[in-house]
Amino acid sequence: MGAKMVEFNGWDMPVEYPPAGGIIAEHNAVRTGVGIFDVSHMGDIRLSGLDALAAVQHISMNDASRLAIGQAQYSALLYPQGTFVDDVIVHRLAEADYLLVINAGTREKDFNWVRDNMRQFNCKVENLSDEFTQIAVQGPKGVELLQKLTDADLSAVKFYWVTRGTVCGLKNTLIARTGYTGEDGFEIYVPPHESTSAMVWNKVLEAGKELGVAPCGLGARNTLRLEAKLPLYGHEISDNINVWEAGLDRFCKMEKPDFIGRAALEKAKAEGVKRTLVGLEMIERGIARDGYKVLDENGSEIGYVTSGSFAPFLKKNIALAYVPPQFAAVGSTVKVEIRGLGVKTQVVPTPFYKRPKRT
Amino acid sequence: MAYPSDFRYTKEHEWIKADGKTGTIGITAFAQESLGDIVFVDLPKVGAEVTAGKTFGTVESVKAVSDLYAPASGTVTEVNAELATAPEKINKDAHGAWMIKIALKDPSELGSLLSAADYEKFVNEEGGH
Repeated sequence: MGAKMVEFNGWDMPVEYPPAGGIIAEHNAVRTGVGIFDVSHMGDIRLSGLDALAAVQHISMNDASRLAIGQAQYSALLYPQGTFVDDVIVHRLAEADYLLVINAGTREKDFNWVRDNMRQFNCKVENLSDEFTQIAVQGPKGVELLQKLTDADLSAVKFYWVTRGTVCGLKNTLIARTGYTGEDGFEIYVPPHESTSAMVWNKVLEAGKELGVAPCGLGARNTLRLEAKLPLYGHEISDNINVWEAGLDRFCKMEKPDFIGRAALEKAKAEGVKRTLVGLEMIERGIARDGYKVLDENGSEIGYVTSGSFAPFLKKNIALAYVPPQFAAVGSTVKVEIRGLGVKTQVVPTPFYKRPKRT
Repeated sequence: MAYPSDFRYTKEHEWIKADGKTGTIGITAFAQESLGDIVFVDLPKVGAEVTAGKTFGTVESVKAVSDLYAPASGTVTEVNAELATAPEKINKDAHGAWMIKIALKDPSELGSLLSAADYEKFVNEEGGH
């Protein structure tokens, strides 16, 4: 394939595919056409049984009682402090059957944490991480591409809904209209045998040829999610950042029955946040990178950058950073310390990129 | 990959071409390929001093920030301003897209750098390319 590999949390992952043009070309293929990602490193936890809903409600911050069968939601697992174990997508597969899709680097931690907090529920917890290979087909032409390979009617699947169908001859394949790119698209869950996943990968590439499909690596996955302001564990969210700081309020349902982290969040809300996540766009020359300091006009340290890059579609240098609320207003200028110099940036509205509405 | 035989090379993947007392400096084709899409370069100003083996600037791809190391010592006489707005020219033609020119302090310093053949051997061993 000509992929450039990198080690990521113990996985050998493709960072980019130079024959496809590299990160910038991969990124723009997803924004304007379609790209595919091997995201088999993602983990999966299944919760099923009589108390499955109560169990999901207990360990996650969004309101899973609102999910119809076949629907999915963005959510997070929280520590009692209101900080993040991980962010997750909760899929409701059947009446009392939920699938939590979790991050690669936190798989073991997440599974142990879920299992340990399940003891009072009549609910089966299964680590299905090694049962699936996940392939993401992302971009405005993703639906057209995947439809060629499945008998499921994809036009009937709304964003953040799941269905099942035969994909590349594999019966009863889970197809979710989800993704991590800020675009429309699908994530399909196929058996993990290397020959099977390679067969699907190659068929998707072949069927997508006329649509200009690009195989995409972790590099483009990161710049795509950054433009769309989708959080990455260890960067925008972590075990010492809480929900309010991360700005994920709309996925946290304080009015639902009690859940782990709720009491701390209530207290934190009353006290007010000391820092908040903002989007920055460079005014002067330079690229703010993860971990760089944010400075006020006088050069005093006020925060730090969580993610930063050249944004291939927007063609700007952008970053996400934590700063105190008084610096967070759109239009405020702050500096980022790059190689010892304060480089001027401006707080801008986020997400940096929002996909155009299509009819 | 063809490395011009009239250039000298560093193990940090810079090249230098000497023309009398002037040295022209850039990064190698191997370097640009390893970096991927180059989106930013930070270069010294005319008049700045650079020292052999020390950093004189940075080059950034989408994923990574890398230091640039001076192959020789001298005073910067010219900077390729085009790279500020079109850094991708380095990806297109690494051996043509020069970064800085310096007035060489001691042209004999180049004697300790790698020849094209030695550099090619070095990257074949290092990168498996």
